[in-house]
Amino acid sequence: MSRPFLESDLPAYAQSLGISVHGLDGEYPVLTVAFGPTIEGRPGHFHGGATAGLLETAGYAALRRVLLREQRALTMKPINITMQYLAAGKQLQTYAIGRITRLGRRNANIAAEAWQSDRARPIATAVMNILTG
Amino acid sequence: MSAPPARFDASEAAKFFFRGGHTGWLGLEYSAHGEDWVELKLPWREDLLGEPAEVLASGPIISLMDMASGMAIWQTKGIFSPIATLDLRVDYQRPARERAAVFGRVECYRTTRSAAFVRGIAYDDQPSDPVANIAGVFMVIGTDARSKEIAKSEGDADE
Repeated sequence: MSRPFLESDLPAYAQSLGISVHGLDGEYPVLTVAFGPTIEGRPGHFHGGATAGLLETAGYAALRRVLLREQRALTMKPINITMQYLAAGKQLQTYAIGRITRLGRRNANIAAEAWQSDRARPIATAVMNILTG
Repeated sequence: MSAPPARFDASEAAKFFFRGGHTGWLGLEYSAHGEDWVELKLPWREDLLGEPAEVLASGPIISLMDMASGMAIWQTKGIFSPIATLDLRVDYQRPARERAAVFGRVECYRTTRSAAFVRGIAYDDQPSDPVANIAGVFMVIGTDARSKEIAKSEGDADE
């Protein structure tokens, strides 16, 4: 079943930050956010926390979709997240995707990446562990 | 923009840091600081909730800790200079309590010419019962007058 991934599938925080759904890449949602006041840290640049919020939301979005597809309960509790910042986030439209590296019965390991104009050059990546049961 | 104070002071800096931008939107507030640490407050707000309703999402908590990290570095170094987050790790111990504000306390335990190392906790009631532990490494961009040119040329960690 190929159900679309909708804005209403995003938590209040993500919607409030301005994150929206760009589309799907295979089975995983691609999320996007425009640069604006809610995002800005150092003048003209993404705040590291905003970038982290986008990465994390993309990770949850990927997991939510896979759990739904496998008709499992939507239990998702954060265990940890590690962000690597690779380049400054500029005043550009920014995208992120999460991919499930491994989904077990009790937890999931997810890799997420965010990019701007060049998808081959991510601005930040994250690895997350999420409790699923 | 007014002239910077002689020595970085987290309580003074918070007044203009949190006027706008991402941290202003989050509603971050100054809480306390010492020689090498800074504590900030993230008030509870309905539109910052995450997957389990009523509980603050983890994203705003990362922002809280990232900002407290930066301010702890400036407080420790005594000057405000551009820095960039290189690596930040957050280990969640438990969800924040319903409708509870979260405090982020970060200490800068080591600085070198080019890097600064931080560790800290997020808690909602007692620091002895944290919501999360964090560890991070930041790149220092332009540490003194000699590297002013680098800072001016928008030196990010990657450029």
